[in-house]
Amino acid sequence: MALNRDFVGRTYEASASYEVSRVKIREFAAAIGDQNPIYHDREAAIAAGHPDVVAPPTFPIVFSLGNTGGALADPELGLDYSMVVHGEQRFEYQRPIYAGDELICTSTITEIRGVGRNEFLTLRSDITTVSGEPVCRTYNTIVERGGAA
Amino acid sequence: MTMAATVKYDEVEAGQQIPAVEYQVRRVNLVMYAGASGDFNPIHWNERYAKAVGLPDVIAHGMFTMAQGGRFVTDWAGDPAAVVDYGVRFSSMVVVPDDDSGATIVVSGLIEEKLEDKRVVVVLTAKSGDARVLSKARAVVQLS
Repeated sequence: MALNRDFVGRTYEASASYEVSRVKIREFAAAIGDQNPIYHDREAAIAAGHPDVVAPPTFPIVFSLGNTGGALADPELGLDYSMVVHGEQRFEYQRPIYAGDELICTSTITEIRGVGRNEFLTLRSDITTVSGEPVCRTYNTIVERGGAA
Repeated sequence: MTMAATVKYDEVEAGQQIPAVEYQVRRVNLVMYAGASGDFNPIHWNERYAKAVGLPDVIAHGMFTMAQGGRFVTDWAGDPAAVVDYGVRFSSMVVVPDDDSGATIVVSGLIEEKLEDKRVVVVLTAKSGDARVLSKARAVVQLS
């Protein structure tokens, strides 16, 4: 089923801030098999010139993907989640993410388009600190296989 | 003290290759990634479900593969905070069989362009078997 284009431009702000913890960074780094001490050890991070442990480049997926408050599951959108695969992903950093950051994520559906028999939906997430400092912008494109048929 | 990549901008050239690194993916890695990322789609851990929806077997999360590319870049640069922009397109699946060796992702890099402010564009190639699993994989890296 074709996706409902009325959803383009809709914006979803997280209801609560996301607190980046050392423990979560360590867990994520371990899950991607990366033993870099700058992810695991505060002293090593400080010795390398960082204020605290650094989040790996793809870490914001942890809190940006589910940030639409269920909009992607809204029957009005018409998305069959069992047919969804990840199409594209990008992280654009204004500054690194560190343990201790308290972040706000605001996500906007920027585009829905059909390519062949598939439907593509792009979600942009703007991540700032609670005081409004820009930290990262992410672009997430999901593909609904056969969605345009 | 300021953070800094260990690779110096003045010591790299456009066209320079970054040698390939192999990353192994076993089922346990996907289970760990599901837990850490919150992506519990059963195609990444349940063979019965994966086959029922037409996949050859359990497949790795695209984001797991992207993370291996990120690891390749941060290990090369010597600083996890040196990656200022990183994007990929997921072009093929990494199929992970239920055995002791799992699958292998081979990542290599090419310095495509030197930008201003000591930044470079690194283009990545990621393969699993004969399949290119990422395309348009590109990182902008802050060197020192």
